[in-house]
Amino acid sequence: MAKILVVTSGKGGVGKTTTSAAIGTGLALRGHKTVIVDFDVGLRNLDLIMGCERRVVYDFVNVVNGEANLQQALIKDKRLENLYVLAASQTRDKDALTQEGVEKVLMELKEQFEFVVCDSPAGIEKGAHLAMYFADEAIVVTNPEVSSVRDSDRMLGLLASKSRRAENQQDPIKEHLLITRYNPERVSQGEMLGVEDVKEILSVALLGVIPESQAVLKASNQGVPVILDDQSDAGQAYSDTVDRLLGKNVEHRFLDVQKKGFFERLFGGK
Amino acid sequence: MQTMSQTQTPDQEPVFQLKGSMLAITVLELAQNNLEGLDRQLAAKVAQAPNFFSNTPLVLALDKLPAGSGAVDLPGLMRVCRHHGLRTLAIRASRIEDIAAAIAIDLPVLPPSGARERPLEPEPEVKKPEPAPAPPPAPAEPAIKPTKIITTPVRGGQQIYAQGGDLVVIASVSPGAELLADGNIHVYGAMRGRALAGIKGNTRARIFCQQMTAELVSIAGQYKVSEDLRRDPLWGAGVQVSLSGDVLNITRL
Repeated sequence: MAKILVVTSGKGGVGKTTTSAAIGTGLALRGHKTVIVDFDVGLRNLDLIMGCERRVVYDFVNVVNGEANLQQALIKDKRLENLYVLAASQTRDKDALTQEGVEKVLMELKEQFEFVVCDSPAGIEKGAHLAMYFADEAIVVTNPEVSSVRDSDRMLGLLASKSRRAENQQDPIKEHLLITRYNPERVSQGEMLGVEDVKEILSVALLGVIPESQAVLKASNQGVPVILDDQSDAGQAYSDTVDRLLGKNVEHRFLDVQKKGFFERLFGGK
Repeated sequence: MQTMSQTQTPDQEPVFQLKGSMLAITVLELAQNNLEGLDRQLAAKVAQAPNFFSNTPLVLALDKLPAGSGAVDLPGLMRVCRHHGLRTLAIRASRIEDIAAAIAIDLPVLPPSGARERPLEPEPEVKKPEPAPAPPPAPAEPAIKPTKIITTPVRGGQQIYAQGGDLVVIASVSPGAELLADGNIHVYGAMRGRALAGIKGNTRARIFCQQMTAELVSIAGQYKVSEDLRRDPLWGAGVQVSLSGDVLNITRL
């Protein structure tokens, strides 16, 4: 049974698109046929992060409006057999999406793919609403700071009350918490909220903690999802996250200040 | 001074004692300003339950009349009620002309709120008679409104209202979330949002939390915000909030 996953947060700039790209790629790496859908109509970024921006011909809005069929709009990833991207339109705005149109496209995608990863725009308005409305599971991306936590909390409230599952009184959307840009050093200095604080405030199961990393910026600029950089801490943390999403029990890493050197952790011991 | 107090002693023998008491009382809530209709429908009710309508004390509620229903003929209304065995003790009204009409015939006026129709201690409260042109045939028995129980976290931006009763939350309440209840509020998770108990004026409502870190607590309109609450040594502790006079008391549970 295909699953619709939404990556959402409420707040902007916390790493939704990076996460969508990493998790979608990670699922494909593990052999699951996956499509990542950019819901950020008007401010599309996913194609850049995925490195397929030069191959966008038709987009999500074209498919919703029936101007192109799904096969024309799906962009196949050059690195992975199982991975596709459905880009957002850059010239339209979020009002170009309709609930019926989105439903039709998502249902069609569900027939072809095992995982449909929806990259939600920031905010709680139409774009974000449509991205989460049909979801089966939600990954709520949060930075360890109060405004991001508050926005995530609001988003969790909407997931529990304004989704199709909620409106049809089905099982609720399964919620996962993903903390990104985590800096254990700043946490120990009291400049950042700790994992436990965020978990306690949001009371949601923790899916993963992605450390603040240079690798993320580098990967974005190169158009390579950071999960493919398996030497980086962020790449490894996303890898663990995908394993947990698939039901594996993996211990959380990168939560504590590293006393040992960076290279020792990468190459030495286990 | 001593002599004075001696001379006053016989005078201080209490002649009376003031007591608070809660009575179940029939409220006739007018849905339309239509005396003939009321007369007819009351007559039908009396035929069903003649015993109920014998000198029954009554509060006439005019506060639910639709806006623009025109002036109520209060003496006429009381005559109709009297005719059917209902004796008006007071009216409940919000419109100034109704209040004026009541004062003119020396009839007490109650505030327009259902919150006063609740008993003191045990949590169950008196159910307000259904808004109907006449009271139901059975006397208005105290009925329990089920307590609203919330088991999932209450998120920022969500608002939960327990109308006519208590609210129990067995999960955390986030900042920006709002809990409202006509009765008491209990929170067994971390309480970081707003809690407003007794919002219809029930000054006996209370708020109970296991971990009081609320943004705001309020009982019957008297409130404290977190800036004041934080200074309280019980911040973060298990507390109850109650109202005495117009002072909110926070005490350890």
